[in-house]
Amino acid sequence: MTSPITVVKVGIADMNVVEAPHVIRTSGLGSCVGIVLYNPLKSIAGLAHIMLPEASLSKAGSLNKAKFADTAILELVNRLETLGLNKNTLLAKIAGGAQMFQFNGTSDIMRIGPRNVEAVKKTLQSLKINITGEDVGGNSGRTIEFSPLTHQLTVRTVNKGTHTI
Amino acid sequence: MSYFTNFSSLKLDVLREVGNIGAGNAATSLSKLLNKTIDMKVPDVQIVSFDEMMEMAGGSENIVAGVFLRLEGEITGSMFFVLPLEQANKFIQAMIGDPTINLDEQPYDEIALSALQELGNILSGSYLSSLSDFTNLFLYPSVPALAIDMVGAIVTYGLIELSQVSDYAIVINTQLSDKENMFSDEVNGHFFLLPDPDSFTTLFQSLGVMEDD
Repeated sequence: MTSPITVVKVGIADMNVVEAPHVIRTSGLGSCVGIVLYNPLKSIAGLAHIMLPEASLSKAGSLNKAKFADTAILELVNRLETLGLNKNTLLAKIAGGAQMFQFNGTSDIMRIGPRNVEAVKKTLQSLKINITGEDVGGNSGRTIEFSPLTHQLTVRTVNKGTHTI
Repeated sequence: MSYFTNFSSLKLDVLREVGNIGAGNAATSLSKLLNKTIDMKVPDVQIVSFDEMMEMAGGSENIVAGVFLRLEGEITGSMFFVLPLEQANKFIQAMIGDPTINLDEQPYDEIALSALQELGNILSGSYLSSLSDFTNLFLYPSVPALAIDMVGAIVTYGLIELSQVSDYAIVINTQLSDKENMFSDEVNGHFFLLPDPDSFTTLFQSLGVMEDD
């Protein structure tokens, strides 16, 4: 007997958590970064899909924490802690942060991918969460899926096929 | 949602007209370029979440050819011309006059890419120049960039500015279809115009719509 495996979908500027045997996925990462937090001995994991590096960029009245690298990671850690995971045991896998278009322009927007990756790494470092796998940069869109059972992150791209990290 | 809730139906109508004029001119250019009848749907203007916007373009994993340009000048924003690969192939074949050329496999054919970039250039140029005439605003496009990838990865670039103030986007969306090759709705070409948040006031003023209209 096997229970059906469902895929928990995470949208843009969104986050969620998953427990094995289910898997968690986010699709169409371009300049956005997908961050998976997990404990190697447990079968619970969380995934956030961030768009922007820092919440200080927000000019909106209400803050969607899942949109920014710094606030999203903190929020995801909190959610995993309420599920019984210890912050000090968490590891991370990250993917995304591509530069989809090559522009000669000077605009900061065009560098948003690399800036997102930098912000994610900085926040993880400040929380002493190690990155065990990453597939960042480049110029391809990515769809990622994490299994909290195997702790493997499957990265699918249009141009370079599928691989796991 | 709050950022856009002050948009009256009059304002939405004005934006619809912007899409109508811009895409209408672009469709005419496309029709001349390919010597085919190109149909355009009545533009729709919607306030959508980012995820809903990806759904409008066939879902974030849908593989498309996307031409992206930044709009500069008195108003700023992002513009996309998104074509499903199947339709992009047809257009390229018609432009080059070679029915075997396509973008189905890597490495992409240089001539096909170049043709597609030029197509994006012409269409977005005619969209924006008619918009500029209509509003009397000084507008110029950046050099268009082309990518063949997942819609989600491409279109989020146009949401970066917007995402700093809102979780919703106001999208002026116009669908194109060509008469000889009827595709279902999901596989039609789309123009997306995403004005930056600061630009709406200028845009409305240029068309005589007051802040409280």
